[in-house]
Amino acid sequence: MAVTGIILVLFLIAHMLGNLKVFTGATSFDHYAHWLRDIGKPVLPGVWFLWIQRGVLTVAVLAHIAAATVLARRSRAARPVRYAHRPKVQGSYAARTMRWGGVIILLFVIYHLLDLTTGHLNPVGDPSKPYSNVVADFAPERWYVTLFYTLAIVALGFHLRHGAFSAFRSLGQQTPRGEARARAAALVFAVALSAGFLVVPFAVLTGLVS
Amino acid sequence: MNLTLRIWRQSGPEDKGRMVTYQVDDVSPDMSFLEMLDVLNERLILAGEEPVAFDHDCREGICGMCGMMINGVAHGPQRGTTTCQLHMRQFSDGDTIDIEPWRAQAFPVIKDLVVNRSAFDKIIAAGGYITAPTGSAPEAHSVPVAKANADAAFEAAACIGCGACVAACPNGSGMLFTAAKVTQLSLLPQGQPERYTRVIGMVEAHDEAGFGGCTNAGECTVACPKGIPLNTIGRLNRDYLKATTKQADNTPGS
Amino acid sequence: MDLYIEGDPIADTKAPDGPIETRWERRRFEAKLVNPANRRKMTVIVVGTGLAGGSAAATLAEQGYKVKSYCYQDSPRRAHSIAAQGGINAAKNYRNDGDSVHRLFYDTVKGGDFRSRESNVHRLAEVSVNIIDQCVAQGVPFAREYGGLLDTRSFGGAQVQRTFYARGQTGQQLLLGAYQALERQVGLGNVEMNARHEMLELIVVDGRARGIVVRDLVTGEITTEFADAVVLASGGYGNVFYLSTNAKGCNVTATWRAHRKGAYFANPCFTQIHPTCIPVSGDHQSKLTLMSESLRNDGRVWVPKAKGDDRAPRDIPEDERDYYLERIYPSFGNLVPRDIASRAAKAVCDQGRGVGPGGLGVYLDFADAISRLGRKAIEAKYGNLFEMYERITGEDPYEVPMRIYPAVHYTMGGLWVDYDLQSTIPGLFVIGEANFSDHGANRLGASALMQGLADGYFVLPNTIANYLAAGPFEKLDASHPAAVEARRDVEDRIQRLLAVNGDRTVDSFHRELGQIMWDHCGMERSEAGLRKAIDEIRALRDQFWQRVRVLGDGDGLNQSLEKAGRVADFFELAELMCIDALHREESCGGHFRAEHQTEDGEAQRDDENFSYVAAWEFTGTGKPSVLHKEDLKFEYVHPTQRSYK
Repeated sequence: MAVTGIILVLFLIAHMLGNLKVFTGATSFDHYAHWLRDIGKPVLPGVWFLWIQRGVLTVAVLAHIAAATVLARRSRAARPVRYAHRPKVQGSYAARTMRWGGVIILLFVIYHLLDLTTGHLNPVGDPSKPYSNVVADFAPERWYVTLFYTLAIVALGFHLRHGAFSAFRSLGQQTPRGEARARAAALVFAVALSAGFLVVPFAVLTGLVS
Repeated sequence: MNLTLRIWRQSGPEDKGRMVTYQVDDVSPDMSFLEMLDVLNERLILAGEEPVAFDHDCREGICGMCGMMINGVAHGPQRGTTTCQLHMRQFSDGDTIDIEPWRAQAFPVIKDLVVNRSAFDKIIAAGGYITAPTGSAPEAHSVPVAKANADAAFEAAACIGCGACVAACPNGSGMLFTAAKVTQLSLLPQGQPERYTRVIGMVEAHDEAGFGGCTNAGECTVACPKGIPLNTIGRLNRDYLKATTKQADNTPGS
Repeated sequence: MDLYIEGDPIADTKAPDGPIETRWERRRFEAKLVNPANRRKMTVIVVGTGLAGGSAAATLAEQGYKVKSYCYQDSPRRAHSIAAQGGINAAKNYRNDGDSVHRLFYDTVKGGDFRSRESNVHRLAEVSVNIIDQCVAQGVPFAREYGGLLDTRSFGGAQVQRTFYARGQTGQQLLLGAYQALERQVGLGNVEMNARHEMLELIVVDGRARGIVVRDLVTGEITTEFADAVVLASGGYGNVFYLSTNAKGCNVTATWRAHRKGAYFANPCFTQIHPTCIPVSGDHQSKLTLMSESLRNDGRVWVPKAKGDDRAPRDIPEDERDYYLERIYPSFGNLVPRDIASRAAKAVCDQGRGVGPGGLGVYLDFADAISRLGRKAIEAKYGNLFEMYERITGEDPYEVPMRIYPAVHYTMGGLWVDYDLQSTIPGLFVIGEANFSDHGANRLGASALMQGLADGYFVLPNTIANYLAAGPFEKLDASHPAAVEARRDVEDRIQRLLAVNGDRTVDSFHRELGQIMWDHCGMERSEAGLRKAIDEIRALRDQFWQRVRVLGDGDGLNQSLEKAGRVADFFELAELMCIDALHREESCGGHFRAEHQTEDGEAQRDDENFSYVAAWEFTGTGKPSVLHKEDLKFEYVHPTQRSYK
């Protein structure tokens, strides 16, 4: 879980920073988007890097889901009879919502790819004009899209908060002081990443980016 | 005060079990939770009904024998407290209290609120010790132990093996119990020779017993009546990683 | 009818003579040995998994014997040794404060009010130092100084700091050490562990203890188990008082059944009343909770000078308080031995100066210690005890003085054993609190853990070989007439208990029995009271067999049935305790006879007539027991009146 999670987190960081290019204007953003497809050129021909990256991410996602499934099946097997009075959350909500959170994020990723990568669900849907795709997507009258994105990103934030802390722990973080730091770092990271992702749709919604 | 209790009744391992409602009146706030159940049982016996079976022994919070889910919380609402030390002043008149056994595959129900926790003994037998046959010990002062390490070892050693961590864990994992013993022994110089074989043996026994995997949810440490810290699991993970990677080839001196 | 008959004296034939420092070494040398190959052919049954039973089972298995271990709890780790708080004594003299093996020996004999065997006590003091080494090697996290060395503190009845501790959970840590050693042997296949099994009868074949009858508490199945020797480590019988600091399951059944089969019961009336327990809060009370004696290091015991002073403790000015222990016993002050502290508390409460509900309590005040050392230091030393007190009483002891009152805590009496810890039935060994040997009429604080581990780790594993050297004995199976009979006795008894189907619960009888014992055989005993108690116990026992109600059957987990069997045995023991207390016309240690006290109310011993161990032989239900006296000789510590003034 920890290792695949870290790969995905690295991608998310890059993705979030790239998104912020939207504030530099349409030309610059579109140029950046096209560059993403060509990284590695001329060492690698055309979109090779893009496909390598897609492959690694897909493997990471599948492995992440597989590991989560193993854990979930184990925990179901470990408690065949459920409590009649469902246990209250005593620790953190972030930790207790990992599985459902993960499912929400997966559904979102599928929608997101159909929306802004393939363009099937996008009102503009022109792969050569990512900037206008984005602007059209989060237009005020399509407020429900923004709402869905927001919910998904909040779910992602929760997922990352516990995921990041848990990764530290699984990889052997062991002192009480380190635990406090790991928790704080996970929180800051989760909030910063979520905020970074959320500014784009809200900027469009409020007309800051058009 | 007067209370409504909904208690899990299960006549034996094969019975499906169900929640049964009882009314208990005139409960004194100075009673312990188990004394309140004693009162219920006395009344049940006189009424010709089988008393509720529950485990208990020392009734001073140290033997680890008692334990039940009280309103969905292991050992009830007061933190750092075993069921026997929980007093009725934590509840109010008219409350409805749900009482269930620990639920886990590795802790099968024997009867009513009594479960079988022998899986914990198996984890200890798989490495939760320091090999020091009687008579072989060197003079106690021959190896000093830094006070900080001794104190941290003690903190982990305070585990009473009640199973609340497993009961509270959303995954039914016994990792806090396992990690507490690993931590105690790996913090002491006497525990070093067996440090890496110990962690492998104990984790294997843990998994074999049917406990779930740890996802660092942290419910265990909140439920723990002795406050065993969650970072013990980090210590276990670190030792386990080392044991399975660096030490895996068993080369002496590695 | 006479209450008892006096029989022939009894003697400890195994104790060597000669210089006391050499006796244990000589006994070990003179005892026969069993070679390692033969050990594998022999089985030892160990009943109980506390400090004594757990350490003995582990050690015997390490030596190569096959061990079968039994406990009524769901895991060997839960034996009641786990609740011991304060610490364990050892004559290490790490403090350089004048301690030595001889001083520990001297303190223990004197603390026991000259009713213990010198040879046994000296051996105990000798091996005390090995215990600490052993436990440290096992990873027991004792308290340490900043330099990394072991910390020690002082305890009641001693003027040196020889008590090793692990915060307020020393018993727990020592027991877990023994438990882990035991589980290691379980893992290696050398110990067959049977948790949730209760011993209900001893099997004696040709005069030798050869097995036990046990009931599987989960399935109700009754089986006969055989071995070459049987070790009882089943603890004390304080629960005869119903309210005590013992765990709810602690019982006398194992030792009482052995007594009925011929093992003498020694000094049953010697019970220890611990001075610092949380007072009773109401009729619902199911057990009493101890506050470690170590609290008396820093807490000061007092009551108001005036009777019936019901002001809040902080409103009572200093000059209206009576720090009675410091006043009466200036040299030991708050650290006088347990029997003395308990009786003094009872005395001030009898004068009407007790505090709290019912006037049954005295204050244990930490205000001075907190202002001298700071709250932090007190928290570090006693934090868990203070929390426990607050959970139980709802009062914060950092702000309000604790209220404490004496409670039954430990029983010095038990099955009679010789120097080898063997009872009067060959092949039946008794260790830990279950035997009587080392504490005399009063046990010093932090000595129970020492004795349990001394017996289990170091004494029994050496002495049992002398007996087993004659083995292995004839193989037996469940069809042997003695086994069949023992098993039938157990089954009949269970059926009898289930058949009564009366109108009173087991607990109601137990509670009533406990009240009789507390009133008449508790902190102060008198002839009239004891005679009354004997009559009441007999009448109540008859009632029990006519009116007890045990629901369900014997074919599964039935906690009422378990309790009923235990209470039935307590009835028989209770009577013997009162007879023993009645016959001992002196006051010594925990046994205080109102008729025998000095002018200022101190215990008055009668060494001329009572310097002996009273070993009682069972002759049949309803028949008077036979008293066998074992004379005590004091060559090294000369009996004086104990004075802690």
